[in-house]
Amino acid sequence: MAKPRVALDVEIPSDVRYIEQVVELAARQCRELHLPARKCSLNLPVALTEALSNAILRGNAISNGKHVRVRALVSDDALVFDVLDEGPDFDIMAERIDPTTPDNVMREEGRGLFLMHMLMDRVEHIRSRGNVIRLTLLRE
Amino acid sequence: MSFSISKQGDVVVVDVEGQLIVGNRQELKQKVLDELERGEKKFLIDFSQTGYIDSSGLGVLVSLSKKIREQGGELRLANLNDDLQTLFELTKLDTLFQISDTRERALESF
Repeated sequence: MAKPRVALDVEIPSDVRYIEQVVELAARQCRELHLPARKCSLNLPVALTEALSNAILRGNAISNGKHVRVRALVSDDALVFDVLDEGPDFDIMAERIDPTTPDNVMREEGRGLFLMHMLMDRVEHIRSRGNVIRLTLLRE
Repeated sequence: MSFSISKQGDVVVVDVEGQLIVGNRQELKQKVLDELERGEKKFLIDFSQTGYIDSSGLGVLVSLSKKIREQGGELRLANLNDDLQTLFELTKLDTLFQISDTRERALESF
């Protein structure tokens, strides 16, 4: 089995206008690695956008001087994205709601974590100096 | 990414080119609300040129739907590709919106 290699490593300011460029870079990697088309056009772009917007808006609270780093590791069986912010700890499970229930479907917010979990094969929250959201997309 | 607005009969048609995400959702919201304020009641958002939509983009659609209904109007959607259709099904928003395969069918449905 080959050693995982870094496929992407970028740092952006806490500004949502940078999200689309990073997501496009990530989607390009996804396509070049020949992951299924749907994973590169839907699963990865949406889940990574959610993780980045959480990191910028909530983790870093759009703070000048704070950055978000995105690192992608590719292995034989998966593409793994780490999204790192500089914000305080949070409980990813406590914040997750089911937006599909009749009570919630009309809500304007609350679909971000749900979509990440639905579209990724694995979502993990790791606490280090900030928060790391690890998104795993299996190759098959 | 950009939004263009045109009028077809008495329906305001909004084309979403590119992504509808956290970075541009407010622009879409404001454009539609401006038309609503001018007295427009029928709105169609056409996604034939749209890549993907994130949760905040979906949230704006829900918000606009509510505001338009409050004013006695209607918001309908058209031309969701397979990815977008999946997104609406996952979130059950396909039960909330009237969605047409084509712009023409959507316009006829008003």
